[in-house]
Amino acid sequence: MTRGGSIGSIGLLVAVVAGLEALSRTGRVSAFVMPPPSEILAAIPALVLHEGLGYATWLTFNTTFAATAAALLLGVPAGTLLARRRVLGQAYEPWLEAAFAAPIILLYPLFLIFFGRSLVTVAVMGFVVAVIPVIIKTREGIIGVRPVLHNLALSLHMTPLQSLTKIVLPAALPTIFVGLRLGLIYAMINIVAVEFLVGIGGLGFVVADMYDRYDIPSMYSAVVFVIVLSSLFFLLIERGERWLRPV
Amino acid sequence: MANDLEIRGVSKRYGDPPGGLLAISDISLNVQKGEFVSIIGPSGCGKSTLFGIIGGLVPDYDGEVRVGGQRHVGTHKDIGIVFQEESTLPWRTVLTNVALPLEIQGVSRAEREERARHYIELVGLAGFENSRPVELSGGMRQRTAIARTLAFQPKVLLMDEPFGALDEQTRLLLGDRVLAIHKELKQTTLLITHNITEAVQLSDRVVVMSYRPGRVLRILDIDLPRPRSSDSVTDERFGRYVAAIWGDLRAEASRGMKEAEALRGTGRRAG
Ligand SMILES: Nc1ncnc2c1ncn2[C@@H]1O[C@H](COP(=O)(O)OP(=O)(O)OP(=O)(O)O)[C@@H](O)[C@H]1O
Ligand SMILES: [Mg+2]
Repeated sequence: MTRGGSIGSIGLLVAVVAGLEALSRTGRVSAFVMPPPSEILAAIPALVLHEGLGYATWLTFNTTFAATAAALLLGVPAGTLLARRRVLGQAYEPWLEAAFAAPIILLYPLFLIFFGRSLVTVAVMGFVVAVIPVIIKTREGIIGVRPVLHNLALSLHMTPLQSLTKIVLPAALPTIFVGLRLGLIYAMINIVAVEFLVGIGGLGFVVADMYDRYDIPSMYSAVVFVIVLSSLFFLLIERGERWLRPV
Repeated sequence: MANDLEIRGVSKRYGDPPGGLLAISDISLNVQKGEFVSIIGPSGCGKSTLFGIIGGLVPDYDGEVRVGGQRHVGTHKDIGIVFQEESTLPWRTVLTNVALPLEIQGVSRAEREERARHYIELVGLAGFENSRPVELSGGMRQRTAIARTLAFQPKVLLMDEPFGALDEQTRLLLGDRVLAIHKELKQTTLLITHNITEAVQLSDRVVVMSYRPGRVLRILDIDLPRPRSSDSVTDERFGRYVAAIWGDLRAEASRGMKEAEALRGTGRRAG
């Protein structure tokens, strides 16, 4: 983003927050539906101190990382296999694309039956949505490796494993990283959503809890906290991705 | 002297026999140990295909390829290729790019770096060991690729238009570099080029190929004294060789252009 762009975005945010504040304070919008932003922000420390928001954050992020790590561990080999076995890949591709677009979160009752009302269910829901982009992007990255690099591997007498680890995977890495980023985002969104729906775990649970107690300012605080935190997190990932990108 | 490389009646058709595209037809060529042979021919005449066959990268061809007297199929440890396309690995430095073949052979880190440095110096890239390919010019990347192939220590070195995309001055200077390397390593070398001057400057023999399907039109002995350099260009025999090759190529090149235009006219893609 350019400097002008970032100043613009921040300006926009300030304007919207100021607008909401005015609407709420003048009573045009009921404070029960939409408390003034200043109150929402002021409620955050209490959430951290008394409602375990810090622990909830820690829990949600850990669940997200665990789910995404599992997605990488399974998704990269699966994507590699689908790229190598062309027919298999072509058979699976439409299903993967469909699954990628589907609201898999709706399957949560099924996982509840399998794993009970536990963190495992939450993590598995994160894994299921994260693994799909990882598989798709790994396959795409590997298929996109230029033929000359395969010829290089052959002419240097690499074993298939050497060719995979020294040429193919590094060449596909930037694309795999896109899959990883999408996986992290999807895992996080789904994990918070399942926490909210099932009422266990981290940040989603805190939001649900505040809602159940009709503590609307606190609920908004928790929501704002989640949004700000995840935005920062993904900004960080994007930075990291640009920094890691070899070319 | 022994033939290092024998190519006997090699033909290659892409696609299935009744149709398909006959890329090269009945190519035969013997290359002696330590000889420098250039291959020149119009674009699309099958030069890279021929290298692919020699290097064991293109399957299903007719005829045979012998290396050191032995018939061989598949890749061969005595044959090293510098590819026409960009082939440096962007996530590695110049040093680790060049050391890659040694890494594959299981040479220890200290030794492979030492040997890689030697080849880096040979191609004139000393001081750039820790640069990454993105930080280098196209010519420097090609030299990295050449050093990497040299590190593989092939007996037969195949170079597919290594200086294709470079300007004339750089090309002449790199030509001097190639001559110096050839003089030091005495490798049997085949060079594909589009550049007649380059072919004459560097080679013991020049193979002129026809337009599709690629055949050997003529093999010209270049009888210029060695050591040569870019100064050889001023020798009056030099001009005669260039003129002879151009005479052969002109007819082929214009046939190629006409055919390409005709194909474009009928809406089909020229390969
Ligand atoms: N894998 C392939 N499948 C089908 N046709 C191919 C394949 N590789 C090359 N060809 C065709 O074979 C012909 C010869 O190609 P080749 O790359 O060997 O030519 P070249 O002499 O190296 O050309 P240039 O000088 O442009 O590099 C071309 O018409 C090309 O389209
Ligand atoms: Mg070519």
